[in-house]
Amino acid sequence: MDTKLEIAKSEPIWNTNNRVISIIAGLIIILFVLPLFGMNSFYLHLFIMIFMHAVMAQSWNVIAGFSGQISLGHGAFFGIGAYATSFFYMEYGITPWISIFFGMFVSAIFAVLIGIPMLRLSGHYFAIATLLIGISFQVVFQRWDLVGAASGLWVTMTPEDSWSALQFHSSKAPYYYVFLIFFLITFFLVWLLSRSKLGYRLRAVRDDPQAALSLCINVSNYKIIAYVISAMIMAPMGSLFAQYILIIDPDRVFNIEISIIVLLITVLGGIGNVWGPIIGAAILVPISEYSRIYLGGTGGAVDLIFYGLILMIICIFRPNGLISFIPKDILERKKQR
Amino acid sequence: MTSEIIIQAIVTGLMMGLIYALIAAGLSLIFGLMEIVNFAHGEHLMLSMFSSFWLWSLFGLDPLFSIPITILLLAFCGIITHYFLIRYILKAKMLIQICATFGLSIFIRSIAQLLWTPDFRNVDKPLLEGRIEIGSVFIGQPQLYASLVCLVAFFGLYWFVTKTETGLALQATAQDRHAAEILGIPSNKMFAIGWAIGLGCVGVAGGMMANYFFIFTDVGINFALFAFVAVALGGFGSIIGCLYAGIIIGLVESLGGLLIDPSFKLLYVFAIYLLVVIYKPQGLFGRY
Repeated sequence: MDTKLEIAKSEPIWNTNNRVISIIAGLIIILFVLPLFGMNSFYLHLFIMIFMHAVMAQSWNVIAGFSGQISLGHGAFFGIGAYATSFFYMEYGITPWISIFFGMFVSAIFAVLIGIPMLRLSGHYFAIATLLIGISFQVVFQRWDLVGAASGLWVTMTPEDSWSALQFHSSKAPYYYVFLIFFLITFFLVWLLSRSKLGYRLRAVRDDPQAALSLCINVSNYKIIAYVISAMIMAPMGSLFAQYILIIDPDRVFNIEISIIVLLITVLGGIGNVWGPIIGAAILVPISEYSRIYLGGTGGAVDLIFYGLILMIICIFRPNGLISFIPKDILERKKQR
Repeated sequence: MTSEIIIQAIVTGLMMGLIYALIAAGLSLIFGLMEIVNFAHGEHLMLSMFSSFWLWSLFGLDPLFSIPITILLLAFCGIITHYFLIRYILKAKMLIQICATFGLSIFIRSIAQLLWTPDFRNVDKPLLEGRIEIGSVFIGQPQLYASLVCLVAFFGLYWFVTKTETGLALQATAQDRHAAEILGIPSNKMFAIGWAIGLGCVGVAGGMMANYFFIFTDVGINFALFAFVAVALGGFGSIIGCLYAGIIIGLVESLGGLLIDPSFKLLYVFAIYLLVVIYKPQGLFGRY
């Protein structure tokens, strides 16, 4: 057995640096009370977008960072989640709270269907295949009349705020809390995953598939598991996003830009690290929102120029992301006595 | 449906296929040389079409005559790409290599969008115009000449890689860069040459397509996707495989569009990719 695996088993999962735990707890409390101090709706929107993108990037981090498979079509799962919620709500009046799970379920099924043939491939083949699959989803949904084809779905609005329909028109604060809670749950689960046996096995698969195979780790099964987990993290964000903006169309929720931005956030923050996506999202989302405000968003695509530039610079100078600036011993658990 | 329509579709597919083949050959050359997939390939194609367009609109140079300039510009662009970006990521992980060229593609496309707006443009009244009628099959002249030029360029590339000394040096570097270095072949220089030639091919294709294709900032995406498919189909790194693969893709695209449903053209080509990589991951024709 791998020594890391042994350590992971013998050591209690909570044995983290106390300082880190108190910092995190403080941040969580601050995030919870922040809206009470009269944030205006722009800042609420900014934070909602940060939470959403952090979770989306975390989803990509699970497949690319932990198991090393580069998916360039992750927007597909986002779109599936968005369409599942809106479609079931509009057609059958099923509350989004339930259809979020439909979205996750459908995404998981697609992840298995795509994963079984595709994850046997390695490297570039898988990346290009997912790129093509992501675009195929967009093409199919643009022409699928049942779900509104190219004009998309306009979610029927409730007359007033409603928790059961997950629609709030008077304030963005409830959305803030919903996204925040999903964000915290996801990060907690992925954090658990990253230090569980499964997490170590995924990283073994990433670092050396041959060696992992020789340790009786079924490489392709573990890749599929990672892909399914990743898809199931992505789908709820699509669902919540659909409830947040209430109009979805294929060009928005299946846009290749979604697949790009999750990649960018993760690589910027630090790939393969649980905290990377938070750092990436907290830096990149404000850049994007502010550049849209000050430099104009329509057609100019100034934020995309930054994205491309940042991505190249990071790849050249800091392939481990911004998190590599933080000294390692702060993030990692205390040394064993 | 009459046989003429099918012949028409086959001819159209063949002509498109030859263009795909040349674009894919550039991609394949670069991949074979340094195992890096150039995800910015479509954007380089877009640049070559715009170069053709601007030479026409600013200097009144017909796309047919501006091709040498376009090729040189693109080759220069390739050398710059290698010098400023690829050089640094040669030893990086595959993930970083993919992200870097992906970043380059976003960067080029959005700069183009900022500078030239996402408008559709086309070259008005180029020298190559009109169509030829054979029986009841119509062949657009610009399309015909574009595909012929691409075919010639393709065989030129093949001759260069397999027969000339530099081409053989390229192959040696592709097979084992360290062994090649021991024999006195500077791999860095070879990589730069590979990029220049690879993007030069794109320059030919883009310059010829500027005669009849709409020119806009997103034009490259579909061509790049088809080039990826062609490279996988022909076997990563194989140049002659790209020719067959390009033709297959062109035919599938036009016949699928004709016989099934034109709005799902992209999907037929993607389906081929998926089938090939699942059942024959080494590609249909192997390497070299």
